[in-house]
Amino acid sequence: MTVLDWLIALPALGALVVPMMSLPPENQRLIRYFGIAIALVELGLAIGMAVAFKLHTSSYQFVTKVHWIGAFGIAWYLGADGISLVLVLLTAVLFAIAMFTMKGVKDYRAYVGWMLLLEAACMGSFTALDLFLFFVFFELTLVPSYFLISDFGLGASGRAAIKFFVYTFAGSALLLVGIVSLVFIHDHQTGHLTFSLPALMHTRLPKGTAILLFLAFAAAFAVKTPIFPFHTWSPDTYRSAPIPAVVILAGVMAKLGAYGLIRFNLELFPATSRELAWLMLTLGVVGILYGAIVAAGERDLGRMVAYSSLSHMGFIVLGIFAFSTEGLSGSTLQMVNHGIYTAAIFLLLGMIYERRGTLDMNKLGGLQKKAPIFAGVFILVVMGMIGLPGLNGFVGEFLILLGTFITHRWWAVVAVLGVVLSAVYLLWMYQRVFHGEAKDDRSFRDLAPREALLLLPLVALIVVLGVYPIPLLSRINPTTSAIVHHVASAPALGNSGAPQAVASIVTGGAK
Amino acid sequence: MFGSLVSQLPIRLPSISYQAIGPELILFGAALVVLALSATVGRREHPQLYRGIGLFAAVAEGAWSANLLRLIDQHGPSLAIAGAISNDGFSAVVGIIVAAALVLTMLIGPGFVESVAGQGPEFVTLLLLSATGAIVMAQANDLIVVFLGLEILSIALYVMVGFRLRDGLSREAAFKYFILGGFSSAVFLYGVALVYGATGSTNLVKIAAFLSSHVLINNGVLLFGIALILVGFGFKVSAVPFHVWSPDVYQGAPTSVTGYMAAMAKIAAFAALLRVMMVAFHLQLEFWRPIVIALAVLSLVFGAVFALRQREIKRMLAYSSINHAGFILLGVLAATSGGVRDSLFYLGAYSVMVIGTFGLISLIQVDAGKVEGSLSLDDVRGLGRRRPAVAVLLAILILAQAGAPFTSGFIAKFSVITAVISVNEYWIAVVAMVTAAVAAAFYLRLVLALFSKDEAEVGVGDALYPVAVRGGSDQGLRLSTASLVPIWIGIWASVAITVFFGLFPTLLLDLVSRGKIFY
Repeated sequence: MTVLDWLIALPALGALVVPMMSLPPENQRLIRYFGIAIALVELGLAIGMAVAFKLHTSSYQFVTKVHWIGAFGIAWYLGADGISLVLVLLTAVLFAIAMFTMKGVKDYRAYVGWMLLLEAACMGSFTALDLFLFFVFFELTLVPSYFLISDFGLGASGRAAIKFFVYTFAGSALLLVGIVSLVFIHDHQTGHLTFSLPALMHTRLPKGTAILLFLAFAAAFAVKTPIFPFHTWSPDTYRSAPIPAVVILAGVMAKLGAYGLIRFNLELFPATSRELAWLMLTLGVVGILYGAIVAAGERDLGRMVAYSSLSHMGFIVLGIFAFSTEGLSGSTLQMVNHGIYTAAIFLLLGMIYERRGTLDMNKLGGLQKKAPIFAGVFILVVMGMIGLPGLNGFVGEFLILLGTFITHRWWAVVAVLGVVLSAVYLLWMYQRVFHGEAKDDRSFRDLAPREALLLLPLVALIVVLGVYPIPLLSRINPTTSAIVHHVASAPALGNSGAPQAVASIVTGGAK
Repeated sequence: MFGSLVSQLPIRLPSISYQAIGPELILFGAALVVLALSATVGRREHPQLYRGIGLFAAVAEGAWSANLLRLIDQHGPSLAIAGAISNDGFSAVVGIIVAAALVLTMLIGPGFVESVAGQGPEFVTLLLLSATGAIVMAQANDLIVVFLGLEILSIALYVMVGFRLRDGLSREAAFKYFILGGFSSAVFLYGVALVYGATGSTNLVKIAAFLSSHVLINNGVLLFGIALILVGFGFKVSAVPFHVWSPDVYQGAPTSVTGYMAAMAKIAAFAALLRVMMVAFHLQLEFWRPIVIALAVLSLVFGAVFALRQREIKRMLAYSSINHAGFILLGVLAATSGGVRDSLFYLGAYSVMVIGTFGLISLIQVDAGKVEGSLSLDDVRGLGRRRPAVAVLLAILILAQAGAPFTSGFIAKFSVITAVISVNEYWIAVVAMVTAAVAAAFYLRLVLALFSKDEAEVGVGDALYPVAVRGGSDQGLRLSTASLVPIWIGIWASVAITVFFGLFPTLLLDLVSRGKIFY
């Protein structure tokens, strides 16, 4: 067993143990401590993995492969490269923080159990190299998130939870059909039934099939990311889910979509990705602008951050389909950055909601005078989101725009508008909530030490990654340049060599 | 004159392989034993004895089928009793699935059904008889024998559906099921007659041989016969547009019978359908595949969409079972050995899930004082607080039906999807998965109700007292601890099987892939 097995097994085992811990009400805290302990050990594992990670290589590390379902050629096949590594780190950090934030939860058992299961599923998704295994983990994330949203959410969370589940499930429906089709095409060509990613990368696809498969994969990831126009579930969900769950949903699970685009769309369909880059780039840019404009019009802080998230994820999509090392590295780094500052901003929103019971900008105002430290942390996070040089958002966005400008100039030019717009609506929001006249004379408690401690690691990361992103970039770069090379060197889509493939697909009916 | 009509020759009986029809003999024999015992030792005195015999017979039938499977793997499949019975891997595997469904129902059902049908031997006897019919259908290599099995199964089911005599809904359900079931049997039989007219035989192998050696210039009679046979099966598996009976029947029948019927009628009808289509009409694939595709797609879509509107849980599960029937039809329309395997996997996984699900619904009904009748979504609201174990287990089974990962439901859906993709019907796979997403919505609505915080409908008394006490009026059913034990064993077994084969599907896949149809 490698460290990856443990990364998945530990929280999964924890999720099995927690439901059995039927403790008297006064000892419920023990369950909470148990959850925190597991999350911290998991973080330790992830850091250990980052230390042991070999630099300057783009191959998969910590590989483990065991046969699982022989009849379909499915294996328990895990491995991590630079992109997986940083996302595993992000997951471990955010889950540890989310574990600390549960406050006012009545049923710790359900809560901790679902969180641990979700962590196992996220870790599995980021490291699976078998397409079936990936799909299983990808789907598995839905079940605990559904329960976290519906049982612990704010307001009409049940409907939002079902909407979330059905939207993402519909997306992954296409993904499953795509995966199985690809596997069968590969089976007809080579006579080798397997779901393993490295093997399937060598499938020869006729043009029409390749485009359809690319779209099937992209649909699932576009819903999860979310990419315009598949984003309609996200404002409702982010608004009504409990804060720790949103930290995970927006911080970690949104990255599953972008990760899937890199890992599967780019690696499995390199030539198609080049062919359809215009589509994805356009959707990304539209998302950037649309998200920013709608965010500027939102009165509700939760929904505003959801739309700003759509806008920021647009940048990530832009970098992925720029096909330059700078762009892809920037996207990967930006996934981490976005996870960190989104988590921080949602924690802060949660604290506002706890104090005032509302996230409506019109009912808030003048908070800076009442809570200066709170406002200070808030503006730092907001500046990180805007992309102020010296903070983490800047590095990612800069690399993405640079990388895109090299290869796809005009999209980059339009996307820059998004940077300006995001400064507009975020600062406007800050102004309305923290400056101006207070709407009432109720006091607003400043950051408590516990809350400050919770935010400290995130704020520290925002600053550190803004000043010194090299430790992450040095781990990301070999992988991203290998992927960019893979995409660039793939033979163009055409019908050359395809007739034979087509014939075998059409005739080969028997399994 | 009569001399020419009545043959002077002695009737020659075919040699009978008792080994091949062992499963039927065990079940039928046990049914007779139960009836004979009830006549001698008293009808109502020994419910446990009847159930014990039933359980023993079910286990013995499973063991016999497993042994048959082992022998068939060693010596190869064969035809028995003048070619009317097929002794192959397929029938043995279906025999094992039937045994599993029967064992679970024997554990869960009688405790509940006693409350509506008394402590007599009827339920156990009818269970055994209907399972006999199911096995006859699975083994039948002759359209007449298929019809025989179909009637044995159906008549037992008609009676069981009408167990709640005092309830108008149940009477209506039984009557509807009987009328429509009889009608569909007639349609099926007419189809058999037409096929006989076209090919000169009712034996599946002989039909196949005839069709492969002759070219029918006018094949209208044959195709119409095939279509009518499909209509007959469509009624039995409640595929759209032949589904209209199923929501009423699911709602009106005693809950345990509903679960059993959902499982057993599907196992039997799909087993016979698979064999008839694969053996007799494999060369006519291009003609019947479009029909099966239409049935499958309609069932998938309408099953999922209509279920969204239901507030009555049993009706909702009826539509969900229509959706499941659509999924199993995917394996049929593939018409490959992989498709057969995947259909069998789906049938096995679904049977176990659905019997457990209805068992839990029975338990909830006991709490709510609605004995085996209907149950609305509002009745289960907040159940997670009151009965956490029931709610959690029900949630697991419901999620498994929705196809959540690491349950057998997921692997089942995955495998039938692979079956249609392997024959290049991509759009059907997409439709199926999208309906699975729609179906997830109503499954989740049920789960949401289970764990809902909103307990508006529940009074203070409900929150303070355990629910079994609340139902304390004489109309409610109180289950003794002794009768609860087998119920819980059955429910836990069904959950355990569902999760186990979700984690380690290879074992079940290996088993069902030995279920090859002999022709």
